[in-house]
Amino acid sequence: MTALDAVIKKQLKIKACKARIGIVESVYHAKSGHPGGSLSCVDILTYLYFCHMNVDPQNPKMEDRDRFVLSKGHAAPALYAVLALKGFFPAEELVTLRKSDSMLQGHPSIKYTPGVDMSTGSLGQGISAACGMALGAKLGGKSYRVYTILGDGEIQEGQVWEAAMYASAKGLDNLVAVVDYNGLQIDGTCAEVNSPYPIAEKFKAFGWNVIEICAHSFDEIDAAFRAAAEFKGKPSVIIAESVKGKGVSYMENQVGWHGKAPNAEEYALARQELDAQLAALEA
Amino acid sequence: MADVIKTATRDAYGKALVELGAINDKVVVLDADLAAATKTGMFKKAYPDRFIDSGIAESNMMGVAAGLATAGYTVFASTFAMFAAGRAYEQVRNSIGYPHLNVKIGATHAGISVGEDGASHQCCEDIALMRVIPGMVVINPADDIEARAAVLAAAAYEGPVYMRFGRLAGPRVFDESYQFEIGKAVVLRPGADVTICATGLMVKDALEAQEILAAEGISAEIINVATIKPLDNETILRSAAKTGAVVTAEEHSIIGGLGSAVAEAVCEGGKPVPVVRLGVNDTFGKSGPAVELLHIFGLDAQNIVAKAKQAIALK
Repeated sequence: MTALDAVIKKQLKIKACKARIGIVESVYHAKSGHPGGSLSCVDILTYLYFCHMNVDPQNPKMEDRDRFVLSKGHAAPALYAVLALKGFFPAEELVTLRKSDSMLQGHPSIKYTPGVDMSTGSLGQGISAACGMALGAKLGGKSYRVYTILGDGEIQEGQVWEAAMYASAKGLDNLVAVVDYNGLQIDGTCAEVNSPYPIAEKFKAFGWNVIEICAHSFDEIDAAFRAAAEFKGKPSVIIAESVKGKGVSYMENQVGWHGKAPNAEEYALARQELDAQLAALEA
Repeated sequence: MADVIKTATRDAYGKALVELGAINDKVVVLDADLAAATKTGMFKKAYPDRFIDSGIAESNMMGVAAGLATAGYTVFASTFAMFAAGRAYEQVRNSIGYPHLNVKIGATHAGISVGEDGASHQCCEDIALMRVIPGMVVINPADDIEARAAVLAAAAYEGPVYMRFGRLAGPRVFDESYQFEIGKAVVLRPGADVTICATGLMVKDALEAQEILAAEGISAEIINVATIKPLDNETILRSAAKTGAVVTAEEHSIIGGLGSAVAEAVCEGGKPVPVVRLGVNDTFGKSGPAVELLHIFGLDAQNIVAKAKQAIALK
């Protein structure tokens, strides 16, 4: 398999860093939101929208586009930051997140935001909708593919396993699920709260093609999605080991940053770090 | 009542799906291991490629229905009312209702008339649950003619629809010329002393009650309210203003269903009149033959007559 081109990889890193800035900026202005789990999955989102999925920001409802469902809907700031970078709506909208006149709802909504393919937020439901989209492609003889990102805490929801059984039983090989394996949920570590581990074995038992990667390595992300695209007969799941809060030092691996906004001082520090990372990448 | 044709609305649902399948290749039918009972099996036989069994996983089925709808399909998702409106409530609310997707929920085996299976399967809360979801159309047809028409109308309508069908075969209320319209209540018998709003299988009882009342010199106006949401306020309020007393009759909890909807409309309509509700009286059902159970739970013409007199006395 060919490795990811160095120029493309650098561009992806720059985009992802800009998306991280968008995440902290939007959550800071909203004074609420979920930065931790947004920062953990944003590299994969960046890769999907800039390097993998067939989407058109000028035609967000394009019939044969690839679909993306953010099953872990609370990571909406990451999705919005990437959609804005991709050009689905102006980046200026990001600071309106969660405000009453905003197109950016606290959790993704197809009714408000161009580029959002499914309303999500109630955990466990997005993967079922993704199954329906993938099934729709099969029924209509379409070649579009469907992607969804779940949290590792989210897979405690029973519906995820109803969907996992279904996707495999129906042979939805045009579906790729990602588990953002950051190990943390609101009440503590996933292991302490209600262990979903081992994740890979569970999906294997449910009949999925399982790929395990580091969620922050574009080489591994690229290899995983390419492998998933080539795998026929079964859905693929990419279990992506990630760092919650990745990119902002004081948020990394901290349960407390699941669902709170930085104050002015914390925001300044986050921006300082991310701006420095961006400057280094662009140098 | 010689040579009465009796058909369950679930049978009409199955037949109407087959009819739709022939004219609309975007119609897809989902079921959760109950195709023989919900009658979607008829569609499965006719169009096996467009029938997908979700297995015993109703929550996932509703999500799959939502995903298919985003891909341009007109999706009918079927199971018993208990599981469609009850078990998968939040999936219907968040994955179908909130994004306002083109999913039609065909819920069969609603109400006490499920019979022998007992309370665990006798859903008397579904109208209430579905009615509070913004943008959800709720239809409870009275007979097979109306059930067929409702299915065709639902398919032609863009957006989520909850359709309530029964297991028990009942007599026809309408003839083949009946024109169904979503959101339109129909005055079946004009009257002057009391308005009886009935829905589903209680419509035939309301018509019977009308005759009993007429024999006693009481003139009842009978309205078939098939669409509980959006409610036909105009027809109901006009009748209430004329008769000055309203009775509601439904095979559903007296809380949250047709009775509540009509009471809300009448109270807010500017000319409040007494509203007396007949329904399952805030209790669970039990096992038994369907017709026997309907009488045990007071869902019959005699009780509509009693409620009508009560409503008139309250004027």
